[in-house]
Amino acid sequence: MEFVADVLQATVGGLGAGALYVLMALGLVLIYRATHVVNFGQGDMVVFSAFMALFLSQALPLWAALLIGIGLGASLGALSERVLMRPAALRGAGPLALVVISLGIGLCLNGVNGLLFGHAIRSFPSPWPSGSWVLGGVVVPWPTLANFTVGALSAGGLFLWFRRSLLGLGVRAVLEAPETARLLGVPADRVRLLSWSLGVGLGGVAGILAAPMVYLEPNAMLELLIKGFAAAVLGGLTSLPGAVLGGCLLGVAENLVALVLGTELKTLFAFALIIVTLVFRPEGLLGRPVYVRV
Amino acid sequence: MRSPHGLLLLSMLAFSAGASALAWLIPPYFHYLFALAAAWGIAALGLNLLVGYTGVVSIGHGGFMALGAYAYALALQGGWPLPLALLLAALVGAVSGLLLGFPALRLAGPYLAIATLGFNAAVSQILLRWQGLTGGYQGLRLPGLPLESVLLLVFLLLGVLLWLKVNLVRSLVGQALVAVRGNELAALAVGIPLAWAKTGAFALSALYAAVAGALMAQAAGLVTPFDFGLWASIFLLAMVIVGGLGSLYGPLLGAAVLFWGHQLLSGLPDLRNLLFGGLLVLLPLFWPRGIRWQVRAWGRKG
Repeated sequence: MEFVADVLQATVGGLGAGALYVLMALGLVLIYRATHVVNFGQGDMVVFSAFMALFLSQALPLWAALLIGIGLGASLGALSERVLMRPAALRGAGPLALVVISLGIGLCLNGVNGLLFGHAIRSFPSPWPSGSWVLGGVVVPWPTLANFTVGALSAGGLFLWFRRSLLGLGVRAVLEAPETARLLGVPADRVRLLSWSLGVGLGGVAGILAAPMVYLEPNAMLELLIKGFAAAVLGGLTSLPGAVLGGCLLGVAENLVALVLGTELKTLFAFALIIVTLVFRPEGLLGRPVYVRV
Repeated sequence: MRSPHGLLLLSMLAFSAGASALAWLIPPYFHYLFALAAAWGIAALGLNLLVGYTGVVSIGHGGFMALGAYAYALALQGGWPLPLALLLAALVGAVSGLLLGFPALRLAGPYLAIATLGFNAAVSQILLRWQGLTGGYQGLRLPGLPLESVLLLVFLLLGVLLWLKVNLVRSLVGQALVAVRGNELAALAVGIPLAWAKTGAFALSALYAAVAGALMAQAAGLVTPFDFGLWASIFLLAMVIVGGLGSLYGPLLGAAVLFWGHQLLSGLPDLRNLLFGGLLVLLPLFWPRGIRWQVRAWGRKG
């Protein structure tokens, strides 16, 4: 009986953490699907968001600071797309070049963050009240519930937007069939720009929700980024619903692993999951198999 | 294509001996730095085989360096003589390269990059957690060697491995690898065993990386799980990119430039990251083929 309670507890905690992985993964998948680039700089852009939010929170109410921080991160994403990735693609940069540029953006931004914000580890304010709700023997901390809600609402909102709004429809069109969409008049450039902004923005939300737990310094988001990758790969780098599934599965699974094998192995588990998925099912659970056209 | 193999080997070894004779001229602290620089050069040569010649992206070769370093250190601790320990490191590199290269066959571009990333991180984590074997956070200490010996050793190996690479590249095998990079389907159509080519390139590049890792560990006298993480992998990739993809000596140039750049900026890690990152961003945009080819292009124009 005790074991069941532990498993439930692990699941609850896992869904809370999983929500953050979902957000990160959604961002990565969105960017990848729209522009075929893996944004290795996502972690550093998110760090930037969080630091800006932190400083703004000293002058503005917390909510405003958080939202502006996320917005700034999104603009950084847009800037990267417009100034770097798009010209590179136009010059016919191959996959190696795009990976290198993406890595370069991350590394450069890492240096910038260090120069701007220093390496002192800072605590980050949480927008959620502390305390928890006890439901039948399982403790649900408010932040866990709140993060899960934010994750669910964001994912749900994203999907609704894709289905209902004109711009969302346009983005979906470009994701499904870029050439056709262009022929039909969908502004592909704007869609790419929007995907990067939205992608980094979603990552920013994840980062800001994670920051109170991991404490903020320039390398604080590396683990979240890797888990976001793991979730995205697990669900399928080309599948947005896959990102949601992958994030939830990863969150719960790593907690269950921690329950059985101890918390030190959590990160290793995420990496192992990446490798195993790529070895046995590279397209992920819900992704489309990658075929090379002759 | 017959090249005077023997003569080439002799000249490489002579170069190595000469280079390490410099050891007597330079201040002792630089022995350490030169040894490290040359070791990075070895690793860069290897990665170039994979990335430059075969066209496969890897941002996880730090993992192979770590495996080589730890294998070497453990062998030394076990009382093995140095040459055998080095051989073990090379073997560990080659085998792990094969093991990673095989599943990597199924993966394209960004997926492969992520897989290598995961591999590198997994190796770091395993080395960290398996404290019984690896000493965890504190790492492993190596029996000390006088730095002049290390320097000589590194340059000797550099010479040998460079010679090996030159021969490989100029042979049919090298041509096959370049064909794979150009167009995999065409290469397959011409009868090149794609799987063997890519896996072989992986294994060989991993071997070089492992040997380099072992040498770096010997030079430093200590190896920890933090030595060969993501930063090292990106650093290595940058050397290959800067030096020139698919060029013979380019990676050595890239290794020299980046290693000494790193040394110059060692007190300012953020500025260093900013500049290196900037380099990684700008090079594919403006000098897609790296310094070495750019210089050659300039030479042609002039």
